[in-house]
Amino acid sequence: MIDRAHAALAKATRWHPWEFVFWAAVAAGWFLLPERRLLVNEIAIAGLFAMSLDLVLGYGGIVSLGHAAFFGFGAYLTGVLAKYGFTNPILDLISAAIASAALGWLSSFLVLRGSDLSRIMVTLSVSLVLFEIANRATWLTGGADGMQGLMFDPLFGSYEFDLFGSVGSAYSIIVLFLLFLAARRYIGSPFGWSVRAAAANPLRTAAIGIPVNARLIATYSFAASIAGVAGSLLAETTQFVSLDVLAFHRSADVMLMLVVGGAGWLYGGLIGALGFKLLQDWLSGITPQYWQFWVGAFLVGLVLVGRERIASWPRRLLRR
Amino acid sequence: MLTVLFDGVAYGMLLFVLACGLAVTLGVMNFINLAHGAFAMAGGYLAVALVNRAGVPFLACLPIVFIAVAVVGLAMERLVYRHVYARSHLDQVLFSIGLVFMASAMVDYTQGSAQQFVGLPAFLRVRFVTSFVSIGAYRLLIVGFCGALVLLLHYILTRTGFGARLRAAVDDPRVASGLGINVGAVFAITFAVGSGLAGIGGAMGAEILGLDPTFPLKYMVYFLIVVTVGGGAGIAGPFFAALLLGVADVAGKYYLPEVGNFVIYTLMIVALVLRPRGLFAR
Repeated sequence: MIDRAHAALAKATRWHPWEFVFWAAVAAGWFLLPERRLLVNEIAIAGLFAMSLDLVLGYGGIVSLGHAAFFGFGAYLTGVLAKYGFTNPILDLISAAIASAALGWLSSFLVLRGSDLSRIMVTLSVSLVLFEIANRATWLTGGADGMQGLMFDPLFGSYEFDLFGSVGSAYSIIVLFLLFLAARRYIGSPFGWSVRAAAANPLRTAAIGIPVNARLIATYSFAASIAGVAGSLLAETTQFVSLDVLAFHRSADVMLMLVVGGAGWLYGGLIGALGFKLLQDWLSGITPQYWQFWVGAFLVGLVLVGRERIASWPRRLLRR
Repeated sequence: MLTVLFDGVAYGMLLFVLACGLAVTLGVMNFINLAHGAFAMAGGYLAVALVNRAGVPFLACLPIVFIAVAVVGLAMERLVYRHVYARSHLDQVLFSIGLVFMASAMVDYTQGSAQQFVGLPAFLRVRFVTSFVSIGAYRLLIVGFCGALVLLLHYILTRTGFGARLRAAVDDPRVASGLGINVGAVFAITFAVGSGLAGIGGAMGAEILGLDPTFPLKYMVYFLIVVTVGGGAGIAGPFFAALLLGVADVAGKYYLPEVGNFVIYTLMIVALVLRPRGLFAR
């Protein structure tokens, strides 16, 4: 019996051939599109952010409208560290991961209770509170002007961040891959299965002896940490932090990316981010100001047609 | 001091008129409608067009705005909203955010992103100043008008047949429909009236809240605070929550301008964590 359970768990976490193809394509994207590396960097960061929301929403079942809180927190933390002379990018990234995890841990207690609506409200207002702090604490964050021209040391002392995003995008892709491995391990482990159980049916899960709240707290903190790293990456590779990292539309955008790619599936966020950013790049070339209209139209259409129906397409194509 | 209190009450009353439709949507159908502010924005822009361009008197434009936005709300409810009631909360959030984005972009496209003002008649620009309080005529009008509206809503909800049907639908839609109440129709009418009220709120609030394409997003949180902190259906809870929010916000901006909205959001988190079903929930 236990052997069979082991075998089932192992089977679910085994690497499929297409996964290698996917990551080979990601690496190839960096080599084949040298002039689009700024976009590649953006996609990698958005993908990481969407993957983090997937842990909260897809696996933890918590509807969050304020996930940008952790993204922005990581970005601002990195910016402030750089401003005060701590310019080692790797150390800044790790600091952002730890601090965001701590923030996630603290705020996770707020989202444990209550209905979907109060979770939406609480996550939203956590991000709004951070936005207000970033906006008002001008001496620390630069307020509405943000922090520009942040300087970071070269990576490992030898790869300097360049204007065309070559180093930055490679760095983002590598961090994305490492954190993807971590998230994959997390989700595929028995612990990860218990998280899914806790989200799917809290009452039953508690009845078989799994502490539901502890699982949600751990997942929320882990996801917050990943989102913080994504924000930190953005600050380091663009050398710029502004209030935009905490803005509401960022939380909404990342949710859109995730549901387009399919929540509850680690590649969902990555594929959604890819599609979203390519579409944004293309559409904003045509109608720069009214990009938002198409995002909105897309969301409405998505829900009216049926999210599950659309989200199952890429999965069906890849899994079969 | 009294001036701040009065302005806060006026602001709170306005928030209530804006948000009461949302209270019903949430209470009756458990539907999270983040796009409620879009109806208010529509009302505001319609008032701007009527008063500034067509020369309609300000007070006369309010009923027109109410009817027009209510019709739009009814159409939206029958055409699209209806299909989303039974969906998950995540779908509802995505759907209504999508509507907000579309509405904002459309207004931006047709009206520009600049802030709009409704031309108020001269008799509403007067201020009554005494030694200890200074009251603007316009805010006095808001308090009077919204106060009357609250009483009217309360009367409809508690004393009329329609109110009884609505309350039945709130408490238990299935039993209500079993008793022969057409829950769908009751809800459509309520949705339309709620949208119309939001439209009036948008028209009256253009002067105080500011009117631009970001309006639905900017005040979305405020409406949600009124509804969630007030708790569920019924008029009293959201009404007191709106007053509280209005006074706290005006006082905060007046006495602690450097802190901004920080206090409001923090208080809301505390309120929601301590009383997830609302401060005034039964």
